[in-house]
Amino acid sequence: MDHSHDHEHKETFITKYVFSQDHKTIAKQYLITGIFWALIGGAMSIIFRLQLGFPDMNLEFLRPILGGWITPTGKLDPEFYLALVTMHGTIMVFFVLTAGLSGTFSNFLIPLQIGARDMASGFLNMLSYWFFFLSSVVMFISIFIPTGPASGGWVIYPPLSALPQAMSGSGLGMTLWLVAMVFFIVSILLGGVNYITTIINLRTRGMSFSKLPLTIWSFFLTAIIGLLSFPVLVAAALLLIFDRTFGTSFYLSEIFINGEALPQMGGSPILFQHLFWFLGHPEVYIVLLPALGITSEIIATNSRKPIFGYKAMIISMLGITVLSFIVWAHHMFVTGMNPFLGSIFMLLTLIIAIPSAVKVFNYLTTLWKGNIVFTPAMMFSIGLVSFFISGGLTGIFLGNSAIDIQLHDTYFVVAHFHLVMGSASFFGMLAGVYHWFPKMFGRMMDSKLGYIHFWLTFAGVYLVFFPLHYIGIAGFPRRYYSFTNFDAFNMFTDLNSLVSIAAIVTFCAQFIFLFNFFYSMFRGKKAPANPWRSNTIEWTTPRVPGHGNWPGEIPIVYRWPYDYSKPGAAEDFILQTVPFSETKESNLPHENELIAEEEELKNMKVEEESHGH
Amino acid sequence: MTNENAHTMTGSKETLSMHPKKFALWLFIGTVIMLFGAFTSAFIVMASERAIQDIQLPGALLYSTITILISSATMQMAYHYAKKDELSKIKTFLTLTLVLGLVFLGLQYLAWDELVLNNIYFTSNYVAGSFIYVFTGVHGLHIISALIFLAVVLAASFKMKIHSKSLNQIEMCVTYWHFLGALWLYLYIFLLLNF
Ligand code: HEM
Ligand SMILES: [Cu+2]
Repeated sequence: MDHSHDHEHKETFITKYVFSQDHKTIAKQYLITGIFWALIGGAMSIIFRLQLGFPDMNLEFLRPILGGWITPTGKLDPEFYLALVTMHGTIMVFFVLTAGLSGTFSNFLIPLQIGARDMASGFLNMLSYWFFFLSSVVMFISIFIPTGPASGGWVIYPPLSALPQAMSGSGLGMTLWLVAMVFFIVSILLGGVNYITTIINLRTRGMSFSKLPLTIWSFFLTAIIGLLSFPVLVAAALLLIFDRTFGTSFYLSEIFINGEALPQMGGSPILFQHLFWFLGHPEVYIVLLPALGITSEIIATNSRKPIFGYKAMIISMLGITVLSFIVWAHHMFVTGMNPFLGSIFMLLTLIIAIPSAVKVFNYLTTLWKGNIVFTPAMMFSIGLVSFFISGGLTGIFLGNSAIDIQLHDTYFVVAHFHLVMGSASFFGMLAGVYHWFPKMFGRMMDSKLGYIHFWLTFAGVYLVFFPLHYIGIAGFPRRYYSFTNFDAFNMFTDLNSLVSIAAIVTFCAQFIFLFNFFYSMFRGKKAPANPWRSNTIEWTTPRVPGHGNWPGEIPIVYRWPYDYSKPGAAEDFILQTVPFSETKESNLPHENELIAEEEELKNMKVEEESHGH
Repeated sequence: MTNENAHTMTGSKETLSMHPKKFALWLFIGTVIMLFGAFTSAFIVMASERAIQDIQLPGALLYSTITILISSATMQMAYHYAKKDELSKIKTFLTLTLVLGLVFLGLQYLAWDELVLNNIYFTSNYVAGSFIYVFTGVHGLHIISALIFLAVVLAASFKMKIHSKSLNQIEMCVTYWHFLGALWLYLYIFLLLNF
């Protein structure tokens, strides 16, 4: 290997690939685990899409996988349908798009883009991954137990989740779900503490907050949201555990099972919804913000233009961060809440549209008249912007407390959040993989396969989720086993078959990506030092950065990351590490003044303890 | 290019000089605040839906509150002597704090006993009563974690590792301990206002 680097301490296979404390390895562990979960979660959606699209189909061929969950007549067991939906949601939201997305890119990019040797605490970082792994194992096991996994929806509302006798998934399956989520939250909190501490404490010389790439800003704010919202889920889950195992009645009151009253009285299931959505809404931004950050970076690089409105981007992300904590009750408009309170939450919800729209306009204006390079990463980023717009528009309807009476808990909601959160973030994640693959593995992914993957997935997502809006407006509720039992919805059978076929094609298209990913890892073309001609400093590391990232001193940063196509400059990009004194031909007047400070930066003493170099 | 010049807003600043571990502790404290914020908010939501009976809060809680306030003072004394390198006094005051912490836990337990005597159980249908157990119990778990930390610092002080040139560890312990004291004060006042 070219730069196999200056450290002497021995590393065994175990410390290098398994219990590694290197942020790049941990990032790859997160990525691989995330991909694994995405396949499971995706396959589940295909199974229940088969049920919805082809209700008369004989599913006997699934018996080898699903065993007893296929009834003797070859149908999907209705209770298992609910289990599948619940697991699909849980897996996608938490395991793929929270851990898989943030875990991968925060870990990989934070030290590389701010100029640090590693995370503030490599040990806690490793611990964070292994808690996630433990959580994954528990959740995975829960899928295979005889009573089935948790089945009350990914939002685990009581009383279904609070009473083990309520349905078969409410027993052991629900318990394992809670155990897995406890480990998961520990992992998120450890990770978040590390991300924030690293960004604040370990930036290289010159890397002020006003020179941070927008990726880092988004990871930073995501971690803050996580730190503030996940403890509230802990509180909610703890009270739920007490109700389940000790017989308290925090969430329970006046429940009859088979005509018999339960002893628990005095609690309120609505209380759980308040606590859950105080996490739940910020969670959608935990999922989305990193994807938006990645997109900002990729769109600016490949439009060969400075990001439009760098400051506006930061301010709108800050706005989203704050607002995301005060809109949670828009998930509860129909729980009988005071209509006046509903209006307040409606107002706050609609206000979030403003920073979101600012971001969209900034993406579009960055693209406008850009010298666009359509790399696969760029395609996926533009796809994200498209989903963000089309899914965001329906959010304005759902945020309206009167309209929500009709739309709540219908497929309209499913269509909305799959576009704006699910598909958008998923595209952000794919874009990130295509873009940073050369830095992760030192090789290039095949772009032809990338384009095929993009077009199939992009068209597929719209074909799957666009029709769901109509079914939703017609009033079909989500989480229902079957359409065909209701005359009113019989007219949608063809549409539903189309959706299911599109879902299958979309799912299969992901295998093109998988092949590309693993093939390129070993056989891809060797990556040049800076394949996208990008400004950020991760591209100044060796092709495959070793432990400690830069072999020598960490470079100094002199300018913001978006000096693309600067008038006067020889090249259409100027790395953040190029001092203004070397670019006199393209400097703006105030930048010439900054030349005086460069000496000062160079003389600043570098503090490097703790990383053993 | 008509773009803001955000990238040159400030010159180059050195990164924050706070010790990363201390900073991480503050982040952790933030999460604990959110946890108890959630519990007390849940109480308020619950109380807005049904009336709370007027019950007698256990008397032991008053004594435990006084105990933990005193322990904050002894903790501060230990830190004071650490800065002055008076090694034997550090040990004395750390030990004192540890003992007071254990007394606090004991008193919280007695408070549970009192609740049971008044027929307020963790698992009754009186949810407001269950909440008292949750507040004290979860706070108690945090106190236990702090006592373990305190024991580690105490052990370090016996090895002469706590002195004016090596204050990080004791400083973090002091911060955490004061925080948990303040947290308890908040919870106690919250209970007084609601019952
Ligand atoms: C292959 C792509 C996908 C397909 C075909 C698909 C399909 C579906 C369908 C039809 C439902 C509703 C089932 C019902 O209510 O009966 C559903 C639920 C859900 N999906 Fe997806 N989905 C896909 C990917 C994703 C992704 C990437 C996410 C990440 C956010 C996601 C998150 C969710 C959530 C949170 C639910 C709600 C679960 C619940 O009701 O508890 N899905 N999905
Ligand atoms: Cu929301």
